[in-house]
Amino acid sequence: MLRQVYDIVVVGGGPAGLAAAVSAKRNGVESILVLERDKELGGILNQCIHNGFGLHTFKEELTGPEYAGRFIEQLEEEKIKYKLNTMVMDISEEKVITAMNREDGMFEIEAKAVILAMGCRERSRGALNIPGYRPAGIYSAGTAQRLVNMEGYMPGREVVILGSGDIGLIMARRMTLEGAKVKVVAELLPYSGGLKRNIVQCLDDFGIPLKLSHTVVDIDGKERVEGITIAEVDENRKPIPGTEEHYTCDTLLLSCGLIPENELSRSLGVEMSPITSGPLVNECLETNVEGVFACGNVLHVHDLVDFVSEEAGAAGKHAAEYVKNGAKHQPSAAKDIPIVATEGARYTVPKTINPERMDEKHTVRFRVGDVYKNCYVSVYFGDKRVIHRKRPVVAPGEMEEVVLKKEELAAFPELSQITVKIEEA
Amino acid sequence: MYDVIIIGAGVSGAASARELSRYKLNVCVVEKEEDVCCGTSKANSAIAHAGFDAESGTLMAKLNVEGNQMMAELSKELDFPFKQNGSLVVCLHEEEMPNLQKLYERGIENGVKDLRIINREELVELEPNISDEAVAALYAPTGGIVCPFGMNIAFAENAAQNGVEFKFDTEVSGFEKKEGAWIVKTNQGNFETRYIVNAAGVYADQFHNMVSDKKLHITPRRGDYCLLDRTTEGFVTHTIFQLPSKYGKGVLVTPTVHGNTLVGPTAIDIENREGTNTTQEGIDELISKAGTTVKGLPIRQVITSFAGLRAHEDGHEFYIGEVEGAKGFIDCAGIESPGLTSAPAIGKMVAEIVRDLTGAEKNPDFVGTRKGILDPKTLSNEERAALIKENPAYGNIICRCEMVTEGEIIDAINRPLGAKSLDGVKRRTRAGMGRCQAGFCSPRTIEILARERGVDPSEITKSGGNSKIIVGINKDRI
Amino acid sequence: METRELICIGCPMGCPLKVEMNGEEVSSVTGNTCKRGDDYARKEVTNPTRIVTSSVIVEGGSLAAVSVKTKSDIPKGKIFEIMKALKGVKVQAPVHIGDVIVSNVADTGVDIIATKNIY
Repeated sequence: MLRQVYDIVVVGGGPAGLAAAVSAKRNGVESILVLERDKELGGILNQCIHNGFGLHTFKEELTGPEYAGRFIEQLEEEKIKYKLNTMVMDISEEKVITAMNREDGMFEIEAKAVILAMGCRERSRGALNIPGYRPAGIYSAGTAQRLVNMEGYMPGREVVILGSGDIGLIMARRMTLEGAKVKVVAELLPYSGGLKRNIVQCLDDFGIPLKLSHTVVDIDGKERVEGITIAEVDENRKPIPGTEEHYTCDTLLLSCGLIPENELSRSLGVEMSPITSGPLVNECLETNVEGVFACGNVLHVHDLVDFVSEEAGAAGKHAAEYVKNGAKHQPSAAKDIPIVATEGARYTVPKTINPERMDEKHTVRFRVGDVYKNCYVSVYFGDKRVIHRKRPVVAPGEMEEVVLKKEELAAFPELSQITVKIEEA
Repeated sequence: MYDVIIIGAGVSGAASARELSRYKLNVCVVEKEEDVCCGTSKANSAIAHAGFDAESGTLMAKLNVEGNQMMAELSKELDFPFKQNGSLVVCLHEEEMPNLQKLYERGIENGVKDLRIINREELVELEPNISDEAVAALYAPTGGIVCPFGMNIAFAENAAQNGVEFKFDTEVSGFEKKEGAWIVKTNQGNFETRYIVNAAGVYADQFHNMVSDKKLHITPRRGDYCLLDRTTEGFVTHTIFQLPSKYGKGVLVTPTVHGNTLVGPTAIDIENREGTNTTQEGIDELISKAGTTVKGLPIRQVITSFAGLRAHEDGHEFYIGEVEGAKGFIDCAGIESPGLTSAPAIGKMVAEIVRDLTGAEKNPDFVGTRKGILDPKTLSNEERAALIKENPAYGNIICRCEMVTEGEIIDAINRPLGAKSLDGVKRRTRAGMGRCQAGFCSPRTIEILARERGVDPSEITKSGGNSKIIVGINKDRI
Repeated sequence: METRELICIGCPMGCPLKVEMNGEEVSSVTGNTCKRGDDYARKEVTNPTRIVTSSVIVEGGSLAAVSVKTKSDIPKGKIFEIMKALKGVKVQAPVHIGDVIVSNVADTGVDIIATKNIY
């Protein structure tokens, strides 16, 4: 079997993988290979043809393919190698990657560092336990998005959407524009997981009703979907009998959450967070397996691709530093300090921070578990509150951040825990 | 004029067809769906039961044990996934031990080999995740797990290989008796045959009742199931039943041959013979019962739920034989659990009945072996590399969850009785059977199906009929 | 005096805005908690605009469709006219990001441009 050697292998050529590879190259590593399973680079951005990307990164509003295009250009400029239509089958703890494609067959790559950037997948109907028949016409919003935007096919004419995540909202507009009738968007939670702007521009613009605290309780139709029944749910998210409403339709789209695709990471022995379903990483975005880094939606699901690029850039930089240091870390006299998310904050990325190894400033990203109005995002070093930032509203659908400064941490030499929480006003 | 028309390409019909192809007979299978294995055979527990459950002395008990004994050999001949993982009937209450003993005795009487009752200590050794309540279990090492699609498709392919004709999308509406023959009326025209085998699953009573005054009555008994992700592989290694008791019948927890964990079934009698819809109550019942025999079942790892219908005849017995007063009409009815296990024996029995009635000679050209779709995952990396070199399609992963290659999908489409739909591909290759439930691969599988079959992608269906996936092109209605 | 109700899209807060209209003139915006709400409301009631994105068939390329957008925002009321104008549009590969696919679409003075490279 063919065996090649690279300094850094990036698994995934979507937004995270592209930015990580470019950053690693610009930080001084020459030998980089990107492995992409699809037939082109750019990942899921290729089917996100709507605009709204890049405001942070490029200070202009781009569509998904344009945003991907910018990074693909950078990758080409940096002359970084990549292989398309290539599936990574296995990564060993010694960082030997087994992959496969039509041209090279099965092959192995020895890497000094690996960057995991496999992205995420959508939660399926099965995982949602929606009862009813199993006919054609039930799609995850992303599958429908691919069919409509990249292949030019209509997956249905009359549509009910479950889940008001951004992909669901975006698809409500896309299907409407392409000539379908979107009858309703039902959302299990009492608030939408999508951006306000998408609710206004994708639903309100077209008079599509959004029913909060509603779920699908039955799917009708043996061959193709013939109707969907939705019902209101109580505070335990259980359907309330008597509130059922039936919609005649031929399509059900599901936009009910994304799950990081970490099957490779798990078999490699990477420790996972049960909250994010992504790896637990330190401030270098490195997993518990030395020299294996993670970024983008495989690490935790983002809502803005700009932050994916930023995070991936950091992962690429740290991977490059690791390689340049002879596949070793710079020694640090300081211990990693755990960051604990509590009281409204669900998790943080990173999970630990090394006060000596960290950059001057480090952005810690996290999500909240509920909608909080007029609250404070607080950070404690031990029991001392060091950040207390007022926020008019925080919601699970929008990622939050706090910035930790090296000099501030230096003032707490005995620090054993950092806590991030939401405090009511 | 056919010698035999078999109604139904489920596992009983397909097994009968394969066994009949051993003889010089002109056999045709008519199936109302677009593929084999579309009814009861596709949605069940996928268990090769040891045979201690059926009442001693019944045909059910006899064929169960026979079928179980044939399974290992047959799975090699016909190349379908089967594993003798052993089953455990778990007793949760000391006072029920006599019932466990009774089950043991019944098994012995039925001819189940190697049966024994094991104590808690041994049970925990076999299954570390067994419930803390478990006191003992009946251990049947001959119990097994099988891929129901794999077995059904293997029977059908082997039958086709040996000259059996299959007519799909062909729905039988009635019969006419003629001198020495039957006319089978269908939506695709009338067909003449000397013999009819009624293997119509939940519809078998309707066909039986058209030709006989001794009525059968089949109730579709729905069973809901939850299938868990392959990440749960190893949670249990044996098939775990709960000893039926005053506390209820419980649900089984079992590994599948492909490494998933399966939980189910419920048992809900319904009227609709196509009523394969799951219900909230059914799924809730499963989730609440699943934790009785095992602890810490990762039920959140569910990737899909489905429901199957058991063809429950009032007498709870297999009815296999020529129908009284309807010469040449052979029933294969009331085939509910352990029907899948019994299928090899059912096929053999049906074929012997027809042979005895017709005096048919052996088919000298019969080939009893069939090669399944090559699964590259069973190869070493070097063998796999060589395979890709020879056929690059085996280097192209289409289903990333189950790691199914384009090569396997092309094989599934182009072999005899090949897949025509997404579900057809799924049942043959597992593409779309994984954790994303075809979210990523369905557009690509559609593309391959359309290309290989030489049709437009819009003609590709999920499961035949009106189950279209693409209904038009963008902007066609604006 | 007419009142229009809007939800602000400036941030996740989603302030419910009330806009008092005097004919074509905005006389007041209430319900906003910051300046962005006021700006948004004034634009949205007097001249709401949107970027329209879609995809059109591409022939002879590696993909069946190429994504497109209006080069700048267009009046909201023109969205469906633009979609109609895109019906049946086919282009030949190669297509590059920024290539004009339809010029002056639906008389808006705005071009439809490609947003993806197709070779």
